[in-house]
Amino acid sequence: MSGLVEATRDAYGRALVQLGAEREDVVVLDADLSGSTRTAKFAEKYPDRFFNAGVAEQNLMNMAAGLALAGKIPFASTFAVFATGRAWEQIRNTIAYPRLPVKIVATHAGLTVGEDGASHQALEDIALMRAIPGMTVIVPADGDEAEAAIRSAVEIDGPVYVRLGRSKTQPITGGGFQRGRGTTLSNGEDVAIVACGIMVSAALEAADYLRERGASCRVINMSTIKPLDEDLLVRAARGCGAVVTAEEHNVIGGLGGAVAELLSAVHPVPVVRVGVDDVFGQSGDPEGLLQYYGLKYTDLASACWRAMEMKG
Amino acid sequence: MEALAQAGSGHPGGSLSSADIVATLFFDVLELDANDPQWKDRDRFVLAKGHAAPILYAALASRGFFPREELSTLRKLGSRLQGHPDMLKTPGVEASTGSLGQGLSIAVGLALGARMDDAEWGVYALLGDGELQEGQVWEAAMAAAHYRLSNLVAIVDNNGLQIDGPIVEVMSPEPLADKWRAFGWSVFEVDGHDIEQLHATLVEAQKAEGPAVIIARTVKGRGVGFMEGECSWHGTAPSEDQCRLAVEELRGGLL
Repeated sequence: MSGLVEATRDAYGRALVQLGAEREDVVVLDADLSGSTRTAKFAEKYPDRFFNAGVAEQNLMNMAAGLALAGKIPFASTFAVFATGRAWEQIRNTIAYPRLPVKIVATHAGLTVGEDGASHQALEDIALMRAIPGMTVIVPADGDEAEAAIRSAVEIDGPVYVRLGRSKTQPITGGGFQRGRGTTLSNGEDVAIVACGIMVSAALEAADYLRERGASCRVINMSTIKPLDEDLLVRAARGCGAVVTAEEHNVIGGLGGAVAELLSAVHPVPVVRVGVDDVFGQSGDPEGLLQYYGLKYTDLASACWRAMEMKG
Repeated sequence: MEALAQAGSGHPGGSLSSADIVATLFFDVLELDANDPQWKDRDRFVLAKGHAAPILYAALASRGFFPREELSTLRKLGSRLQGHPDMLKTPGVEASTGSLGQGLSIAVGLALGARMDDAEWGVYALLGDGELQEGQVWEAAMAAAHYRLSNLVAIVDNNGLQIDGPIVEVMSPEPLADKWRAFGWSVFEVDGHDIEQLHATLVEAQKAEGPAVIIARTVKGRGVGFMEGECSWHGTAPSEDQCRLAVEELRGGLL
């Protein structure tokens, strides 16, 4: 793939340093992965506002809660599988239930972790976070959007989960982020692809591919998965009559689940969910993994044909 | 006790074992303002053993955070007094707790925040001894010593019992004092029902370099003969008759 610039985690590291300069109340916590999560840049610049919990994710989340109680805006980072899995109940009971403004920014989400394999490839984190009342769930598509989302997270009153990746992304959003607002990146009337994260660029490729073959495809970047942009989705369902969702996540409980839940209740149309089909990942290079698990633009295009066929 | 009986469920045993500790904290140690529960310079108290919520509510009501009559709404639908502490509902509750093992981590975060701001207030956390079986407690213990948090005092309500039996039979956390010492804490051991000793030790613990823990030897169900030392009273509310007996005995103990 050409035009790859930076990973969303790189943008996170950059945004944190800016926020550190702007706001005294921003503190950052990590669990021995600060180089990988890119919080190390903040740590270097603001050592008095950085806390390394060591390899102890449960304590990481609850120390963040304590710092929030002391009036700080904590960012707590580690890999997505540990943040949302190992410390789920800490997040549920001690961050979300008291509505504390802890920003959980997890990196290395999805298959594109690559060679580390299934133990480190979080494919359930969106589902886990989305099921918690009051949690904002954000999946930026590129570095510019990640930076804007991080800056926006500081202003959000309450807990936020931001899902970031390890691999470089194509700049496609042009930046900007508004909580709860999806953006239409490409117009079309036959089918709509609703995507998040790295799958947004795949969706754009799929739209080009379909256009060459006579189908017009709308592409929506749904970077906030909770709260979902219901208006935009219903408009897409009305306008296109068929929806395909695309995410680097289990097809259960993530973006596809959220979209299907909404549309089945409000404006039923065929919804085909593209994601990892309820299996664990494995070691491999990111591109090879995306291909193996059916997350390439060609897979999206096939799903679009299926969805269009199902229209009445 | 009456609130528990009216609720028909709850945790009398661990509330009574903590009663003298909580009373000492709330009447002799913690600087609080019932008229301004969010007063920024107040001391912070985290009830890590959140199931002892009734004793915390009793203390808060006695200090005027809410009317004493409200205690009878404990655990009822719509009440501000949840089965386990909810900081968004109850004035004076600093942290929502109830899931064991998390309170000390919260206290560590609070203490770090206080130190960043050069704040004078102290942080106190009350833990159960069964709670020490949670691995996260030791993650937090490690962190508190690592950060040399002199503004943090933990108290362990060492009543020796948990739901399924004596802690040493279920999963022994002993030797308690040695463990805390090995984790880098100053350790104090007291009779958790001796208010003067508790007070003196709390004052002493505040002065310790780094974090301090007070292991308070207590009796579960303290003050109520038929509850004392019985693990069955961990999570069972008294009937009306049992409540009457218990209250009579507790009142008698105050004479």
